[in-house]
Amino acid sequence: MMMLYLKQKLINPVLEKEFRLRLRTIRSPLALMFYLFAIGLIAFGFMYMMFNDYYYGGMNPERSREMFYFLSGVQLFLILFMTPGLTAGVISSEREKQTLNILLTTQQSSTTIILSKLFSSISFMILIVFATLPIYSIVFLFGGISPSQVVFIFLFYIFLMFSLGAFGILFSTIFKKTMIAIITTYGTTIFLYGFTGLAAIFFESINRGVGSNLVGFLLSLNPLAALISMYDSNFTEQMFRSQKDFQIWEIFVFVYFIIMIICILLSIRFLRPALKKKKLKQS
Amino acid sequence: MIEINNLTKKYGNFTALNNLNLNISTGTVFGFVGPNGAGKSTTMSILATLLSPTTGSAKVGGYEVTKHPKEVRKLIGYMPDFFGVYDHFKTVEYLDFYGASYGIPRNERLQVIPQLLELVNLSDKKDFYVDSLSRGMKQRLCLARSLIHDPELLILDEPASGLDPRARIEMREILKELKTMGKTIMISSHILPELAEMVDEIGVIENGVLVSQGKVSDIQNQLSSNRILNIRILENKERAMEQLRDEKFVAKVEADEKGLQVHFSGEDKDQFELLSKLMADGHKIVSYSEAEADLEDVFLAITKGA
Repeated sequence: MMMLYLKQKLINPVLEKEFRLRLRTIRSPLALMFYLFAIGLIAFGFMYMMFNDYYYGGMNPERSREMFYFLSGVQLFLILFMTPGLTAGVISSEREKQTLNILLTTQQSSTTIILSKLFSSISFMILIVFATLPIYSIVFLFGGISPSQVVFIFLFYIFLMFSLGAFGILFSTIFKKTMIAIITTYGTTIFLYGFTGLAAIFFESINRGVGSNLVGFLLSLNPLAALISMYDSNFTEQMFRSQKDFQIWEIFVFVYFIIMIICILLSIRFLRPALKKKKLKQS
Repeated sequence: MIEINNLTKKYGNFTALNNLNLNISTGTVFGFVGPNGAGKSTTMSILATLLSPTTGSAKVGGYEVTKHPKEVRKLIGYMPDFFGVYDHFKTVEYLDFYGASYGIPRNERLQVIPQLLELVNLSDKKDFYVDSLSRGMKQRLCLARSLIHDPELLILDEPASGLDPRARIEMREILKELKTMGKTIMISSHILPELAEMVDEIGVIENGVLVSQGKVSDIQNQLSSNRILNIRILENKERAMEQLRDEKFVAKVEADEKGLQVHFSGEDKDQFELLSKLMADGHKIVSYSEAEADLEDVFLAITKGA
């Protein structure tokens, strides 16, 4: 029953339209090309440095693991940079192009429209990230990382894209102008992720040892800290300075999952006017 | 088909619609006239479930738009005054997307789309990208799109705005065709005078208030108490003008190269007496006729030009 509901919601004309139109523009292959170029340049630059390092004498499993961490960090920042741009215009641009009103008079529900828009933009981002897999495969040449770790990191990326995309789609629904929606989404992302990181560093430096739970909780809202806690299981303990039942990345996923659901529900609510809920006076 | 009762829509302090009451029966072609900002698009947006009213009710096919929006959307084909298209779609794909969005099965869509393209004279453009079409073609395509689910009611907000005369004529012909198909059509348009022969009823709205509603002929009759008489006189035009200005039912007399235009508020009997008097006074009258009021005159006479 649930699968049928999801199938109806996810495989629909709006999603098909989004896929088709997105891949017909020149921007999509260009975005894919530049992304791969950037990440490839960074990976090969890293390898070049390693092979020219006489102390280590080239690549080895330890260096390979460092390269994996480094690439994962770079990929994380590229996702943080690209996802708001891809999602923050999906509704407002339809409004600006004056196609939204027509779409809203069809039989497509607000839920279908919002989820399709979110899935299509995230799918493109997933395509980009998965296209970087051949670069990651270099890591396997030299060992040091298990395939399950790669799968785990990629799942984290997908979650991150959805949570960021939910912000983007909410602001895109609320604000009429795409530019304002994009600025607000980037602003929120920078505030949530940048502020938590900087505040954690600040509290860590002024208040060593005291109130360290605060640092741990602040870092639990930061994607980079969540990523590090996935590589290093001692990281959570170090940041909280005590044994915890949950890792930082688990708290991160829990908190942002709730925020993501709230953002999606609000987007669905605000897409169309509140026709049913409002009690109209019969004058 | 449409029942609107005491419909009010406010934006802050601004009242876009003020206790609007309107009934349109099935099969009627209804012309919605009014100056810019009168509330036509607001009314149509409420009927299309895109806006919620502040107070009052609006029903389409017996369904309250605020309570059963999904049922209402099945019944209506809506064409907004301003609309965009998805540039990277081909004409056929554009219609297919909306057909699928209305839940029409693929095999049915494959049958309906060529028929609709033929109706709007776009069969030869089926594989063209939508952004390569002219404005008139896009308008016709949008009309075809609004018909994809075979709606009972068409809500067309200024369907011919910005079109050149040829495109307007083409649009008018399509609408005539739709009328013969028995569709109920609610249309607001700048070209309403051109559509006079196909509109069954008109409603005149001004400042959010329905000033007048009824059959075109009835409203024209209402206007006949403010008729304009065209009089051509062979000579002594000035003397005739002076004399006419003193007459009881004459409000204003104007002259141009065609003759005199007399704004007359009397009835047929008074009009006959005026003619007799002019003849008796020796004026050489070549022609004496009453100007026919078209919908544009109706509109101008009823609204105050706000």
